[in-house]
Amino acid sequence: MSGVQAPERPLQATRPAQAVGLWRTVGALLRKELLVELRTLESVPAMSLFAVTTFVVFHFALNRNSVEGDLAAGILWVTLLFAAILGVNRLFVADADQGGFDAFLLAPVDRSAMFIAKALTLLAFLVVLELVAVPAFALLLLGAPLGPALPGLLASLALGDLGVAVIGTLVAAMAVQTRARDLLGPLLGLPLFVPIVIGGARAISPLLVQAHPAAPAARWLLTLGLYDLVFGLIAYALFDFLLED
Amino acid sequence: MSAAALEVEGLSRHYGERDALSDVSLSLAAGQTLVVFGPNGAGKTTLLRVLATLLRPHAGSVRVLGASLPGEAWAVRGRVGLLGHEPLLYRELTARENLRFHARLYGIGEERVRELLDAVAMTGRASEPLRTLSRGMVQRVAVARAVLHDPELLLLDEPHSNLDPAAIELVAPLIGAGAGTDPRRTRVICSHDPTGGLAEADVVLGLRAGRPALLRAAVDVDHDEIAELYR
Repeated sequence: MSGVQAPERPLQATRPAQAVGLWRTVGALLRKELLVELRTLESVPAMSLFAVTTFVVFHFALNRNSVEGDLAAGILWVTLLFAAILGVNRLFVADADQGGFDAFLLAPVDRSAMFIAKALTLLAFLVVLELVAVPAFALLLLGAPLGPALPGLLASLALGDLGVAVIGTLVAAMAVQTRARDLLGPLLGLPLFVPIVIGGARAISPLLVQAHPAAPAARWLLTLGLYDLVFGLIAYALFDFLLED
Repeated sequence: MSAAALEVEGLSRHYGERDALSDVSLSLAAGQTLVVFGPNGAGKTTLLRVLATLLRPHAGSVRVLGASLPGEAWAVRGRVGLLGHEPLLYRELTARENLRFHARLYGIGEERVRELLDAVAMTGRASEPLRTLSRGMVQRVAVARAVLHDPELLLLDEPHSNLDPAAIELVAPLIGAGAGTDPRRTRVICSHDPTGGLAEADVVLGLRAGRPALLRAAVDVDHDEIAELYR
């Protein structure tokens, strides 16, 4: 290594380490997560491409000009769920493979920050996915314009995304510490995601009936909200233990 | 006699059926340097990871900087710097981005990041992703990461691996004896280099198959005893 020169003055730390607040830590982690994704483009493009490809396959496999009601809602939610699993599987890979876990555990920070930051990261990935997938779904599979259904659809997607982000983060943290992480993530996650798919699909099904679209089913939106809350609390309580040796 | 920075009594740690560390006891005063020798798989890295609070001891008692592990591990975090086999850096981020990220976790300002990039002669390459840098350059950034928060206890696992002689000289002010703001900085170094290791050590620990085979003041240890650990 030629051309390396020692610094002219001895190195002294300018200030000691200090405890960092939860939300500042979340901010630092979130920033890092988004930067890594922007550099690698490993998750969001794969998720979006998977969703669009699946809609194309459905478009030809069903051999129908359009779908509506339960079928449409089911296709949308199942496709989004499987696309989300691609992101869930990648969520902690860089941390596990490149020592990010250890570095984080050495720092004097609240460990819950990692759970919050990872869940927010996954949530952001899901939002971008849906910005691509929902228009593609409308174009390829829906007969009627999506406009009137949009507010109800957004409410259902928001509640469903929250649940997927929370449960996906919990499951990904468990799976990444095992050798069979690519298999274990979906295996652990799918049973927990099923209620979200059921709730999400039932909530938007009335919106997607072409003849007489109705309001989203409030009962299912409420169910989704409660499910999110319960799993949010469980994940928040468990996450510290998952990071422990 | 200074207060003990490390007090380890009967430490054991296993992975499944295999004992990685067995009945290790030692004491190290603040400001001293412990150098750990031993062949591959002797338990050196496991010892460092226990002291860093990353692994729980399975038996025995461990006190690091006055805090009992694992119960008071929270009191140690932020006071320990670890330079292990892995650089603990993200390959897709640049050296500057990596150090900024760690600085934020420790509540440290940008000035320290600039200072350390300069210290490890990486300012000119600080905007390139780590995956494009040589191993030696990544190791220099890893050294900067380990001392970013001026830790009271430095845990160094073969710190000179991948570094050429010029780079070893370069990082000496950061991880050498007397580095840091606190003249009593304590160090634990895993090494395979008897000459360099003995020159740094106040106390020498030799491990063989997870068990202590040698524990003595460095002045009382000769090269042959260290060579014997590897036979």
